[in-house]
Amino acid sequence: MTTRSPEAPEAPGTPGGRAAGEPVLSVRGLSVRFRMRTGGDVAAVTDATFDVWPGECLALIGESGCGKSVLASALLGLLPANARTVGQALLAGPGGGPGDGLDLLAADERTLARTVRGRRIGLVPQSPAAHLTPVRTVRSQLHETLRELTGVWKAGIGKAGTGKAGSRKSGSRKAGLREAGEAAAARAAFPADHLDRHPHELSGGLAQRAATALALVGDAPLLLADEPTTGLDRDLVDRTADELRRHADAGHALLMITHDLAAAERIADRVAVMYAGRIVEIADATTFFGTRGPRHPYARGLLDALPERAFTPIPGMPPELGDLPPGCAFAARCPKATDACGTVPSPADGVACHHAEEDRTCSN
Amino acid sequence: MLELSRITAGYERRAPVVRDVSLSVAAGEAVGLLGPSGCGKSTLARVAALLHRPYSGTVVIDGSPAHGWRHRAPREQRTAFGVVFQQPRLSADPRMRLADLIAEPLRATGRREEAGGRVDELARRVGLSAELLRRRPHEVSDGQLQRACLARALVLRPRWLICDEMTAMLDASTTAALVAVVEEYREETGAGLLTVGHDRTLLGRWCDRTVRWEDLAGAAVTPTAD
Repeated sequence: MTTRSPEAPEAPGTPGGRAAGEPVLSVRGLSVRFRMRTGGDVAAVTDATFDVWPGECLALIGESGCGKSVLASALLGLLPANARTVGQALLAGPGGGPGDGLDLLAADERTLARTVRGRRIGLVPQSPAAHLTPVRTVRSQLHETLRELTGVWKAGIGKAGTGKAGSRKSGSRKAGLREAGEAAAARAAFPADHLDRHPHELSGGLAQRAATALALVGDAPLLLADEPTTGLDRDLVDRTADELRRHADAGHALLMITHDLAAAERIADRVAVMYAGRIVEIADATTFFGTRGPRHPYARGLLDALPERAFTPIPGMPPELGDLPPGCAFAARCPKATDACGTVPSPADGVACHHAEEDRTCSN
Repeated sequence: MLELSRITAGYERRAPVVRDVSLSVAAGEAVGLLGPSGCGKSTLARVAALLHRPYSGTVVIDGSPAHGWRHRAPREQRTAFGVVFQQPRLSADPRMRLADLIAEPLRATGRREEAGGRVDELARRVGLSAELLRRRPHEVSDGQLQRACLARALVLRPRWLICDEMTAMLDASTTAALVAVVEEYREETGAGLLTVGHDRTLLGRWCDRTVRWEDLAGAAVTPTAD
């Protein structure tokens, strides 16, 4: 392990070979508060700090309702009007150099809509059935995305211009688009014979694959995948995860939000564990899922709940985000809790816990 | 005993998704049905729960054959089943508070007066606080809503539980908690379980017996010769 500067507590697990470059996304102290009509705030995300590097897959895991999806929405500027954000989320510029980065939290809607969503950040949405346009076929939606985000439409025109004698311009253009559409569908393992169906005619798994296909079209440097494997069977989870992994291997950064620990284990380079709005542990995926295991008691509990492990739930339920306890939010469910847990632990060496498992490997 | 024999069912007459499938679950037995997405396993589960009328085939519940499905099913047969669906959002009335949601089957069968005690008992069992019971579905997480949906399925003390990918939307800890609730209920009442899913490890751990969709009568593969 390399020595780390104290200003960068999120550094553990930074992929060694790529550390020289700039992170694609660099989030510092991101907090999201929802102001409720009844008065009072809901602390959906608190002080999230992490980086995502090119070619890397960071898996953000945690129980439902812990703030994972709010974090993704904040990065895309898709929060409802009663949300307030603080902190910084710097998206590296197209050149990757310093200076042309964009703070996603400060950017206006016009910039986000025209240059960021779909182009610089692709999104695989959480509930694809609600994300797809219900009155149009999957093919038509793929074609629209291809026309908007890629040069396929124009390439079609070009081909027609230099074209073969006898082929009508629009025919060739359409054929090009059709071919590109089918190729895009195939990337996400969406069956070509279902392209002419409307979203309500698709099963949950097929809708998920359609949404993944749409997200991959723009070839964005950062892909946010919000529960990309929900409702898929194991083989399809593996295929979807592998496709996302290939996307990362091609040099893109991937932030995968998931509760599917098997999918995270399959493709993630690093794992960030979120509990009650805070990132409580960031660790290297092989260590996290390996024999040494996670160091935060919550993360250990989460792994123990897996059917291939102890299959025992963590006692109790996560606290309400509108009514968080003053100290460590996990203390009430934690087997190791002591009086020290009355204060919020600050992250040290990638773990925010007063009683973290000892890092048994020689640190630094 | 829950016996499904030679069931053919689907949504288009000419292309049924379930073809000539037979499956039986002994009293008190837990059977897991494993299959890939879109293979028809949920349709079969709906047929078993009397929620979808098959084109052909018979369903026999504890010795008495089913003649009607959905609202045509006699109450005695309908209430023998507790069903938990994959997507809690789509299976909960957004206008109801969780407490009303759980009590709804009691109201629908004219046993409103039992609601108070029964709801409290089930809420404790699935881990919902009194504060959560006062909320509406949009104010709770998927996991919390699925806990309420499970409580609703248990409220009439069904003899059969049908879980259609109950845990597909849930994280590992909530999954383990809900499976533990189902098992505790089954231990007390001896209810049978048909659970449908695609997680081999989960079903293997949870059920007495898992059946792979491909092995059921070789159905979906061989076209019927009629």
